[in-house]
Amino acid sequence: MAKTTFKASHILSPLTLTASLFSSALALAAVPTLKVGIFLSMSGGTATFGTDTYGGMQVAIEEINKAGKIKIVPVLEDEKSEPTDSANAVKKLINVDKVNVVLGSVASSNTNAAAPIAQAAKVPLISPASTNVNVTKNGDYISRICFIDDFQGTSLAKFATEELKAKTAAVVTDSASDYSQGLAKSFKAEFEKRGGKIVAEVSYAAKDQDFSSQLTRIRTRNPSVIFAPGYYTEIGNMMRQAKRLKVKAPFLGGDGWSSSKLTELAGDGIEGHFYSAHFSHQDTDPKVQAFVTAYQAKFKSAPSDMAALGYDSVKFLADAFARNKFKTDGAGLKAAINSTANFSGVTGNITLDKDRNATKPLVIISTNKAGGSFKQRVQP
Amino acid sequence: MSEFVQYLVNGFAQGSIYALIALGYTMVYGILKLINFAHGEFYMIGGFVGAFLLAKFGLPFWLVLILVMPIVGGLAVLVERIAYRPLRNAPRIAPLITAIGISIMLLEAMRLIAGAQPRAFPQPFEDVIYEVGEWIPSLDGVIVQRSQMMIFGIAIALMLVLNAIVMKTKIGRAMRALSMDFDASRLMGVAIDRVVAFTFLLGAGLAGAGGVLVGMYYNQIEPYMGQLAGLKAFTAAVLGGIGVIPGAVIGSFILSISEALVVGYSESSYRDAIAFAILIVVLMFRPWGILGKPERIKV
Amino acid sequence: MNYVLQITQLLGINIILAASLNVINGYCGLFSIGHAGFFAVGAYTSAAASVLWFPGLAASHPDLALLLVVGVGALSAALAGLVIGVPCLRLTGDYLAIATVGFGEIIRIVLLNLESVGASRGFPGIPLLTGARLPLWILFFTALSLLAMHRLIRSSTGRAIISVREDEIAAQSMGIDVRFYKIFAFVLGAFFAGLAGALFAHYSQFLHPSNFTFMNSVMILLMIVVGGLGSQIGAVLGAIVVTLLPEVLRFNETLSGIRMLIFGAIMVLVVLIKPQGLMGLFHRRKKVGVTAV
Repeated sequence: MAKTTFKASHILSPLTLTASLFSSALALAAVPTLKVGIFLSMSGGTATFGTDTYGGMQVAIEEINKAGKIKIVPVLEDEKSEPTDSANAVKKLINVDKVNVVLGSVASSNTNAAAPIAQAAKVPLISPASTNVNVTKNGDYISRICFIDDFQGTSLAKFATEELKAKTAAVVTDSASDYSQGLAKSFKAEFEKRGGKIVAEVSYAAKDQDFSSQLTRIRTRNPSVIFAPGYYTEIGNMMRQAKRLKVKAPFLGGDGWSSSKLTELAGDGIEGHFYSAHFSHQDTDPKVQAFVTAYQAKFKSAPSDMAALGYDSVKFLADAFARNKFKTDGAGLKAAINSTANFSGVTGNITLDKDRNATKPLVIISTNKAGGSFKQRVQP
Repeated sequence: MSEFVQYLVNGFAQGSIYALIALGYTMVYGILKLINFAHGEFYMIGGFVGAFLLAKFGLPFWLVLILVMPIVGGLAVLVERIAYRPLRNAPRIAPLITAIGISIMLLEAMRLIAGAQPRAFPQPFEDVIYEVGEWIPSLDGVIVQRSQMMIFGIAIALMLVLNAIVMKTKIGRAMRALSMDFDASRLMGVAIDRVVAFTFLLGAGLAGAGGVLVGMYYNQIEPYMGQLAGLKAFTAAVLGGIGVIPGAVIGSFILSISEALVVGYSESSYRDAIAFAILIVVLMFRPWGILGKPERIKV
Repeated sequence: MNYVLQITQLLGINIILAASLNVINGYCGLFSIGHAGFFAVGAYTSAAASVLWFPGLAASHPDLALLLVVGVGALSAALAGLVIGVPCLRLTGDYLAIATVGFGEIIRIVLLNLESVGASRGFPGIPLLTGARLPLWILFFTALSLLAMHRLIRSSTGRAIISVREDEIAAQSMGIDVRFYKIFAFVLGAFFAGLAGALFAHYSQFLHPSNFTFMNSVMILLMIVVGGLGSQIGAVLGAIVVTLLPEVLRFNETLSGIRMLIFGAIMVLVVLIKPQGLMGLFHRRKKVGVTAV
């Protein structure tokens, strides 16, 4: 064997050359990265809220990461439609996964449980779809890209009196939901202001299956409309039982009904009711249709308004990230988020006001076996 | 007035279902002095098995009802053999704990098989509404559903069958003997194991039938339905006198009607509190229930 | 690192819980399965103290506030123990078990309807008192509780409690005021459960009645059954096993999904095969009677 003289420079120079080549390549390839914690109800009583929203988020994340200017790293936690799990999920995302921002959730009770934790830890939290007014009152790190229940309740009362010509109403609330209670309150105030009379107020608890007592009560009072601002699982059941018990008045509700499961659960009772939502996939706006096409390609079904809000929340966040010069500091992100004006999303134009809520139009959907049709748009 | 009557009607339907579950609790307790915490799960499993038979094989409803009973009853016999019989001479706390453990296992197994979400129970037939107001004008507005009448009717029929078995057959006599004095019966040559197994079979069979009926009534079943229903049926059994068969029936109707009235006239969130409030009051003032007899402790 | 810290805090809380139930079930022989109710009372009253009654103190002197709210929680729970213990005196065995379940559920339902603590929407925004020092405080309270319960059981009061379990009628004839000691056991067990509850409220920062159901009571029972009824060390071991098992299983997707199924199976198997629990593995020949370890 020939003896080769081993010189240090033989190793060192090629090494330093490769190293410098690598690092410059990396520097060019290093995209600003944002670690986003997501907590949604992927299982439990409001599971479609979570799965739909996350679907929309995934479409957005893929588009953004493919464009290459920034990279979003999502960390998903299932809060099982429970406020306790929501609080735990956000604690974990912040303390263990060390995310820069938190997105979620849909049901206001769940967001309300987690928001104080994010606020105390100074991590910005954006809710895509929680409409209860108290959510953003948790502090300046908490914001949302959807309208709030003051607007939703008022619009529904207007619809009831003007479109449905209702003079009397019964109100059915979910006692376990901040959302249901808040929305009922704003509806009642506006309905009574317009001369309407509330003839019955009943409640149920989440996970209840038997509504015969409540429906019996309502039937005896004979209202023109039944305001039921609850979540689709219970409302679907209620509609089915109402049909059986020959309750004639139509049901009126909010975005909590927004799920494909509603039609399935309501069975024959699905026809002739109305609810408000954030978005209709039948909207002809080209931006909306582009999203609908992309979503349909990935999931083989039309996106619900929750999916659209999920999509917008990610794009909204990316926009704020850019305005914060791609820095991941909490305070800077918060400032950028809170100062967003005229962000154009598929659910409408988003500007955050001083309470960190968005002022946007809503759509009224009429229910039917085909999954609902667009009826009306209400501007703020 | 008609509102009140409607609540009564709803209460009778729900009470029939509680009764079918409560009977199982009371029979097992009467003989073994064991509170079978897993009993509510048999009711739940009955609902799921019924849904499966209806959906998969399209069998007529009455056949499904008849088939579910021995299937669920058989499962109960198995559980008794594995988890309770070995502990027949152990301190009372032991089978109580295994019962809780079995309850958790059954619940979780179903949750894993069928998913935690409520699922639709196949609609076996068109439900018909009868407007009582057409015959009795003063009760205008009261509605009785055919499904409610069916539930009440089937439950009564099953209870009559049970009564016939307990009162008129040899094994029924053995069951009564065991509940009066376990050790004396054993000395007299009663085949303990067989009688106990039969008791479990009957009790769980009835609960399983209850599960099918409730699935038909609400069109919905879910793995957790046995927990609350079980606790309430148990309360009903205690109220009526635990170990006393007619007591279970009386207790069930008192409980269900109270619930319907409370929910109808006030808040729904207090519905479950009724059951526990009744339980506490009964236990404080008359633990042996309406039809029971006080136990005397001999030193 | 933070993950380990989270688990350790929960472990401390569960150890106190298990030991407190052991006083009632293990030492006094009273079959109580509504323990989550005392846990809930301690948690909610201490949370109300931090958030509603003394928010200023919570902000300015967190350590002092923590001591105060823990005291509030423990004492409220002790009071609940008294209120529940007295009527339960004349109930035996099964009836007692049922009554405790009923009381536990009533506590939960009352909390579910009490607007001032959030009712069914839950109680959010509980401050993380003492922040990074909370784990140390939990450690302190765990050690303190175990020591206190240990000393108590070794005393004549403790022996009286145990005698009630062994043979109530014999104890009565020996002049032991059985009624007093039963209530004492209840109150003592409730006190420490409330203490654990207060710590839990400030560790979790959010409370909901669904954290305190019958199932939760069953889990606490599982801890002392697995560890060995009537043994303090057993309670600690059982708490460790029951708390850590889900975390260990978390790493395997399938096993984590069947976690509860495994728990149920453990309960059944322990009673069938090794009724003395984990402690039974250590004691070759158990002395009949006192196991005041």
